[in-house]
Amino acid sequence: MQREVMFAGFGGQGILLIGNILAHTAMEEGYEVAWVPSYGPEMRGGTAYCLVVISDRPIGSPIIRNPMHLVAMNHPSLEKFAPMVKPKGVVVINSSLIHIGSDRDDVDELLVPANDIAKDLGSIKVANIVALGAFVARSKIADFELIRQCVKEQFSSKEKLIPINMAALEEGKKVAQLK
Amino acid sequence: MGKILMKGNEAIGEAAIRAGCLNYFAYPITPQSEVAEYLSRRMPEVGGVFLQGESEIAVGNMLFGAAGCGARVFTTSSSPGISLMSEAISYISSAQCPVVFVNIVRGGPGLGGILPSQADYFQATKGGGHGDYRLLVMAPASVQEAVEMVMKAFPLAEKYRNPVMILGDGLIGQMMEPIEFPEHLRTEPSNKDDWATNGMDTRNSSKPNLVKSLFLNAELLEEHNVVLKAKYDRMKQEEVRYESYNVDTDYQALIVSFGTMSRVCRTVIDNLKAQGFETAMIRPQTLFPFPEAPIKKAASKESCQVVLSIELNMGQMVEDVDRSVQGKCPVHCYGKAGGDVPTPEEVIDVIKSFF
Repeated sequence: MQREVMFAGFGGQGILLIGNILAHTAMEEGYEVAWVPSYGPEMRGGTAYCLVVISDRPIGSPIIRNPMHLVAMNHPSLEKFAPMVKPKGVVVINSSLIHIGSDRDDVDELLVPANDIAKDLGSIKVANIVALGAFVARSKIADFELIRQCVKEQFSSKEKLIPINMAALEEGKKVAQLK
Repeated sequence: MGKILMKGNEAIGEAAIRAGCLNYFAYPITPQSEVAEYLSRRMPEVGGVFLQGESEIAVGNMLFGAAGCGARVFTTSSSPGISLMSEAISYISSAQCPVVFVNIVRGGPGLGGILPSQADYFQATKGGGHGDYRLLVMAPASVQEAVEMVMKAFPLAEKYRNPVMILGDGLIGQMMEPIEFPEHLRTEPSNKDDWATNGMDTRNSSKPNLVKSLFLNAELLEEHNVVLKAKYDRMKQEEVRYESYNVDTDYQALIVSFGTMSRVCRTVIDNLKAQGFETAMIRPQTLFPFPEAPIKKAASKESCQVVLSIELNMGQMVEDVDRSVQGKCPVHCYGKAGGDVPTPEEVIDVIKSFF
């Protein structure tokens, strides 16, 4: 069984970081993982995306055109990747910045006002963690408690940031459980 | 120790340290700059040397100097950078100095692009510099394999007193995968007292050593080339490495592919198997020496109707595949050179077009 998640947004939104956290979590659960970033002639504020592949077997091609799930943090990435998501996949849409839907009726679309929730928590920087919490809770792609552990580990050198990131995860989870 | 998640470029840097190499000279270039970034921090921590040269030409000659003095040394670069180092690589090969080169290949020719490519196959295996020399060339298909090849490269370079090249690509450099550093691959640098200019005070012999590549006398130059050729022949006997996949079936097509492209081909073989169509693969792990005999044997299987060399270039390794198959089966090539790695679906369409 192989699952793929595309995380996409602007550079600076912490896209590569949440992909990294999910890959780390899946590795701790004993899965094979590959984290493939977009790299190219990009600039600050340009597009950023990464693909996380999680499998119970050695991963063959890490180049996937049709991921199972998508976490879209800005408008251009939703437009670009929503048509590629496999049927029945979860599509998380950062509805604070994206005012359209995925235009798909065969996927599980989840609107998460990640920036607004993050602002209410005290820092817009945790919008990515809100989205990650919502995605993991909805897709059940990884154990939620393990995600908590891996987020803590990620911020272990900046301990004062751990509480707000924990809160962001929980708020994301709440949104995922609303409907 | 459990596995850790690490980016290919950083893992390559750490692997060199874990292998016992504490000297790294380099010049930054995408898509491998993270190696230099990582080692600029790590080398001082372990008492090693990180030195950024003023150009790749300088770096090549710094490597020559350090290796000639008996130091274990390595560099990383990407295609245009390796071209600039190629003069030094020729000199280093002739002077029989062990140096490890890592080429995280990007698209070419010229400045090309920065996306994954295997277009430096010819440069790595047939020489990019001048003269009759060979590099021992290894091609990893995962971050873990890159780690292991880097760790094995140092003792191999010293065994043959010859440069070793790891031919990766942008994806291997940029991707993160779970890895571990096998402790048993850590080696002590070999004793170089019999040839290196490592200082008369520290070695037992009173004979001065000379490291050079100039042989103006025809007989001496001939003799020198014979010595070098004997080393390349010995590599062909002792260092061929490859992996076979699904070769126990009655496959109708044989794929030869290496590095990142071979991972796509593995998925292709699995997907075609699910459709009831058997294909197999030989994946060269060493590009020089090339697994000629295993490819010939696999191509000779009665069920096999076509051999396909699938590469991230316009067709380079196919020449070695064709040479290996020796007419036992028709050989074709499918390649893409722009940096877009073909999807399994694209490759499946290509294979099906032969049936």
